[in-house]
Amino acid sequence: MSDVLLSATDLSVRFGGVLAVNRVGFDVKRGEVFTLIGPNGAGKTTVFNLISRIYMPTSGTITYQGRNLAEQAPHDIARLGIARTFQNIELFEHASVLQNLLIGRHTHRQTGVWSELFFTPKTRRAEIAAREQVERVIDLLDLQHHRESLVAGLPYGVRKVVELARALCTEPKLLLLDEPSSGLNVEETDDMAFWIQDIRAELGITVLMVEHDMALVSKVSDRVLAMNQGEVLAMGTPREVQQHPGVIEAYLGSADDVASLRRTVAA
Amino acid sequence: MRFIFKTRYDQDIRLAKHGGQVFWYAALMLALLAAPWLFTEYWLAQLTFVLIYSVVGLGLMLLSGFTGLFSLGHAAFLGVGAYTQAALTQQGVPAPIALLAAGAISAAVGVVVGLPALRVKGIYLAIATLAFGFIVEEVFARWERVTGGNAGIHIGAPDVFGLKLDNDVSFYFACLVVTVLATLGVLNLLRSSTGRAFVAIRDSEVSAQSMGIHLARYKTLSFAISAALAGIGGALYAHKLQFISPDQFNILQSIDLVLMIVVGGIGAIHGAFLGAIFLITMPQVIGLAKDFLPAVIGQAPGLQGLVYGLVLIAFVLFEPQGLYGRWLKLRTYLQIFPFYRKGMFQRQKSYLKSDRLK
Repeated sequence: MSDVLLSATDLSVRFGGVLAVNRVGFDVKRGEVFTLIGPNGAGKTTVFNLISRIYMPTSGTITYQGRNLAEQAPHDIARLGIARTFQNIELFEHASVLQNLLIGRHTHRQTGVWSELFFTPKTRRAEIAAREQVERVIDLLDLQHHRESLVAGLPYGVRKVVELARALCTEPKLLLLDEPSSGLNVEETDDMAFWIQDIRAELGITVLMVEHDMALVSKVSDRVLAMNQGEVLAMGTPREVQQHPGVIEAYLGSADDVASLRRTVAA
Repeated sequence: MRFIFKTRYDQDIRLAKHGGQVFWYAALMLALLAAPWLFTEYWLAQLTFVLIYSVVGLGLMLLSGFTGLFSLGHAAFLGVGAYTQAALTQQGVPAPIALLAAGAISAAVGVVVGLPALRVKGIYLAIATLAFGFIVEEVFARWERVTGGNAGIHIGAPDVFGLKLDNDVSFYFACLVVTVLATLGVLNLLRSSTGRAFVAIRDSEVSAQSMGIHLARYKTLSFAISAALAGIGGALYAHKLQFISPDQFNILQSIDLVLMIVVGGIGAIHGAFLGAIFLITMPQVIGLAKDFLPAVIGQAPGLQGLVYGLVLIAFVLFEPQGLYGRWLKLRTYLQIFPFYRKGMFQRQKSYLKSDRLK
């Protein structure tokens, strides 16, 4: 068994005239935290949506544990052990936190409609077993106080954590986090960094994330892939990528640009 | 205010959460059992209708309130159940077996409607089900060999393996049993993984899918269960009226059913029952009011439709959570008096959704 969990090769996706992702390739190793960075519109979330099969790649393949993900149905991705969170939070708003987390246990259910209709003893045991698993995640992420609350009434920061918790309830092997710190304050971001490290160290889950907060990225990531306009700019440790001239140019503009700007102002 | 000290997970799973609920639901059950001796024949008949509409309402609530799929053609399922029951009991099939068959055939029709419904959402689904309703009504009118066409068809008293339920009291108890069983079944589904999958689909399809929920399978399942309950309700309805014709299952009946769950309180099981009570008592109330209104208004045709329309608009504007939401507010007000605040039940509108994915 190789130590590569997920590998994307030559991945491209085109929406009409827009080439959102252009020949991107990377390997995510088992047990690492791999981060995608890049300016807005770089195609990071598109890569996520390709992995969770919301989009189909125009060309190229994503292989996960030796399987081609393009051959899997979107709802089978979770069963393979890939869970994700969303950039703008996609929780089940009119359900309690507990229910949201129990929905995360869906791929592990062992009961059918008929036994649930009569709520057989087997169903009751399965419900209690699911609840025990959910409680572990609640303990890990300190959500005890919010267990019974409706998601619709929760503040943004807590929702982010609930979404992470729901993804963990699926017992994933690979966790996709789409901007885990967006909308969080400094303290909450620190908690998030701590949890990501915990998830990797204690649960042995490989993490693939998209993130803008470079402090968080350097704190938790093993490797970083920088993208711009759908293409790979640089890949390596957080420090290497931050110092890569192409990355600096993508974020700040090139030295030439600044020089030319100066001339225009002077003229 | 009641605080429940929880020591076992089972406390969150069982249906009655505390002693108060056990007491009140037992009291309600006793009252329902004693109803034939408490009410006059007329009001017992009305109560029977409430039970029948509750069964249908449970089905529509499961579909619209819990899975988020709207149907403007639910009267068609009611009709399929009613005509199946009529056709089978005429062949001498015992009523309970015919009832199950009515549910099963309606469910099968529900699956057929559910399949195209997977491709359309929201208002388009409402239109698709509306069209389906018209088609089925037309089938009832034209398929004369089975349905008797526009002339309608008579249906006898239900025959439960030799026991004729030919009086109001025995039929009332039959309806009561069916209603209780249907309610328990729906409650059981909602507290297990299937019900949670429905709720997930209602609130966010994209994340339901990424949690591993097979959207097509669960949407079809929801349609099937909903149609089965409507079919069972329809079968009882046919026995109660003893005469069915296609115009009883037209668009107006469908709208009545939607009105019922919206006024009752969408997304709550209690809502189906409160809505059924509303739907059955409203014509009586309007009938009473007619005597006090000036003749121009009181005797005008279409008064009932006008009142229904106004009530629906009023609920959508002022109490989107329906009668059940109103009751929850009243109860909270009394429980925590004098600390009730006006905004307690107001929910913040959802944060930005990932529109790009849709």
